Amino acid sequence: MFDFSFAASIFPQLAVAAITTVFVTIASFLFALVAGIPLLLLRRSRWQIVSQTTTAVVDFIRCTPILVQLYFLYFAMPEFGVRLSPLATGLLVFSVHYGCYMSEVYRAGLEAVPRGQWDACVALSLPRVETYRSIVLPQMIYPIIPAAGNYLVHLFKETPLLASISVVEMMFVSAEIGADRFRYLEPITLCGLLFLIMSIAAAGLIRTAEFFYGRHWRRAW
Amino acid sequence: MDVLIEARWLVLSGTIVTLRVFVLSFLFAAILALLLGLLRQSKHALVCGAATCWVEFFRGVSTVVQLFWLYFALPFFGISLSAETAAIIGLGLVHGAYGSEVVRGAMQSIGRDQWEAATALGYSRRQTLFGIIMPQALIAMLPPLGNSLVLLLKGTSIASIITVPELTFQSALVVNRTLAVVPIFICVLLIYYSIAIAATWIVRLLERKLGRWRPQTLNIR
Amino acid sequence: MIPQPFIAFSTVSKRFGARVVLKALDLEIPRGQKLAIVGPSGSGKSTLLRILMTLESVEAGSVRVDDQYLWRGGREQTTKATDATTAAIRRRIGMVFQQFNLFPHMTALQNVSAAPIKVLGKSKDEALAQARNLLARVGLSDKVDAYPAFLSGGQQQRVAIARALAMNPEILLLDEVTSALDPELVGEVLNVIRMLAAKGDLTILMVTHQMGFAREFADRVCFIDSGEVVEDAPPARFFDAPTQRRTQDFLRTIISA
Repeated sequence: MFDFSFAASIFPQLAVAAITTVFVTIASFLFALVAGIPLLLLRRSRWQIVSQTTTAVVDFIRCTPILVQLYFLYFAMPEFGVRLSPLATGLLVFSVHYGCYMSEVYRAGLEAVPRGQWDACVALSLPRVETYRSIVLPQMIYPIIPAAGNYLVHLFKETPLLASISVVEMMFVSAEIGADRFRYLEPITLCGLLFLIMSIAAAGLIRTAEFFYGRHWRRAW
Repeated sequence: MDVLIEARWLVLSGTIVTLRVFVLSFLFAAILALLLGLLRQSKHALVCGAATCWVEFFRGVSTVVQLFWLYFALPFFGISLSAETAAIIGLGLVHGAYGSEVVRGAMQSIGRDQWEAATALGYSRRQTLFGIIMPQALIAMLPPLGNSLVLLLKGTSIASIITVPELTFQSALVVNRTLAVVPIFICVLLIYYSIAIAATWIVRLLERKLGRWRPQTLNIR
Repeated sequence: MIPQPFIAFSTVSKRFGARVVLKALDLEIPRGQKLAIVGPSGSGKSTLLRILMTLESVEAGSVRVDDQYLWRGGREQTTKATDATTAAIRRRIGMVFQQFNLFPHMTALQNVSAAPIKVLGKSKDEALAQARNLLARVGLSDKVDAYPAFLSGGQQQRVAIARALAMNPEILLLDEVTSALDPELVGEVLNVIRMLAAKGDLTILMVTHQMGFAREFADRVCFIDSGEVVEDAPPARFFDAPTQRRTQDFLRTIISA
C-alpha cells in the first residue's frame, strides 16, 4: 500500500518546494495587508460615487473564484504587452484578492471600537490624526488578529492553485513526481500532511498572538 | 462563427456542471455540518473528541490537495472515483467541517436560559435539543450561511484542477480555442458573481421570512 | 448694560430622523453657575450637553459660548461656526460621560496626561506632574499605574473627571455620570463633584437622576421634558414648590421609585 521508503526519498524535494510555498504566502499576505488600507479609505470616502464603486468592485473580487482571476490575468496580460512571470502573476492576484478581504476586516475592526472612544477624543480636543494613531488603531488591532490570521491560513492553503499556472510550489512538485514515477499516493499524501501540519501550527501561533496582545490592559475580553 | 457557438455551449454546460457540483456538495456538507455540530455537543468525551478531531483535520487540509488526493491517490487503495464524485465528496468534507463551526456557534449563541427554562418545564435533554434549541439555532445559522455558500461556490472552481468540466475548466478551454481572453473571462466572472448574488439573496429572503421573531433580523436592511 | 450670559441656547431645535428631540429650546447660563438638568429619558437633556460639546449638530437656533457662536441662526435655520471657532470653543469645554469612555490601553496616569501633551503641547514632565496632582485630588494616587479594566466603576469615573479637568476647561459637562455605577460606588463620584462645585469659577452643567445631590450642590435646577424647558428654578423652590403640573408628576414618580 503506502510505500514509506519512497515517501522518505521524495521528502527533500517537497521540503524545498515548501520554501516557495511559504515565501509566496508571506509575500502576498504582506501585500494584501497593505492593499487593504487604500481600499478601506476609498470605501469610507465622503463621495458616494467613490465609496459605492469601491464596495461593488471589492464585493465582485471577493465573490468570484481566485482561480478564474488567476487565469484571467495570466492569459490577458500578454495581450496588453505585460509579461509577468507566473510567480509574479500569482503574487499580484493573491495580493489583490486577499487585499479585498483585508479591507473588510479593517472595516469590522474599526467598527468594533466603541463610539464612546471617539466622543472622548472630541471632548479632549484630540486632533484627528492623533485620535487614529494613539487611540483607535491600538484598539482596532485586537479584533483584527484572528480574522487576518484566518485569511493568512486560507491564503496558504490556496497556494496550490498556482500550480495551474506552472509555479513550482509543493503541489506542482508532488504532481510532477506522481506523473514521473506513476505513483501519486505518497507524494500527494505527504504534500497534504505538510499543508495540514503547517496550517495547524500557524493557527496555533495566531491564537498565541491573540492571547498575548494587550494582555496587560484588557481583562473582560 | 462555429467557434462562438461552440464557446457558448461550453460555457453553458460548464455552468450546469458548476451548479450541479455546488448543490450536491452543499447538501453533503450541510448534512455533515449538522451531524458534526450535534456530535460535538455530546456529553460523551469520546464522541465529542472524535468529532472535534475530524473537524480540525478537515478544516486544516488544503481543499486543492484534498481533491487531488481523492482523485489521484485513492485509486491506489482500489477505490476509483469519477472526477465529479471526487469533487463533490472532497468539497463536502471540507465545507462540512467549516459548516460544523457555524452550527456549533449558532447553537452556543442560544443562551443558557433557554436550556434552563426547558428543564424547569420538564423537557428531557433530547427534547430540549431538538424541540427548542435546534429551531432557534437553524435560524441563527442563516446570517453566516450566505458567506459559507459563496466560499463553497468558489471552491467548485477548484474542481477544474481535477478535470471536472465545470465553468472554470471550460473557460480555460474556450480561451485556448478562441483566444478572446478578456470578454470570455469577464463573462465567466459575471456568471459566478450572479450565482453568488442569487444564493445570498435566497438566504436573506429565508432570514426575513423565518426570522421575524428575532429583533436582530429587523435591524438588517 | 446687562452683561450677556456665558452660555446661551436660543430656539435650538434638533431631530434624530423623524424624532424631534429639542423643540426651539431656550436656556441661558451665567458664568460660574452650577446647573442641574433633570427630566425623563429621551427628553433631550443629554443631547443638549452633546450639542455644546460639539458632538451633535443642530437644525435651527443659536448656541453661543461667551462671545463666539457655535451655531448661529433663528427658528428655522442655522449655520455652523468655522472649524477654527468650533475648535476654540471645544477647548474651553470638558465632558464626563455616563460610560466613562476611558482609553483602555492606557493607565490612569496616561489617560489623564495624554491630551495635555498632545493638544496643549505641555512637556511630558509637566503633564505627568499635573496628572498625579489631579488623580490625588480625586483620591486615586495609589491607582496611577492601573489600567481601566482593573478599576471599579467609581474609580474609572473619577479618572474620567480628572482627565477632563486636566485640560483646564471653563465649562464642565457631566452627562449622567453616576447612572452606570453600582449604588455603593455613586457616593465617591458625587464627593468629587461636590469638591468641584466649591470652585467658584467653574461652570458646571450636570444631567442627573440624583435628586438629593442636585438639591444640595446646584444653584439652579432645570426640568426638561419632550425637548423643552418646563421648569427652571433654584433647588429649594424647584423641589418644594414646583409650579408646573409636569414637574410635579415627574418628581412624584422619582420620589416614589
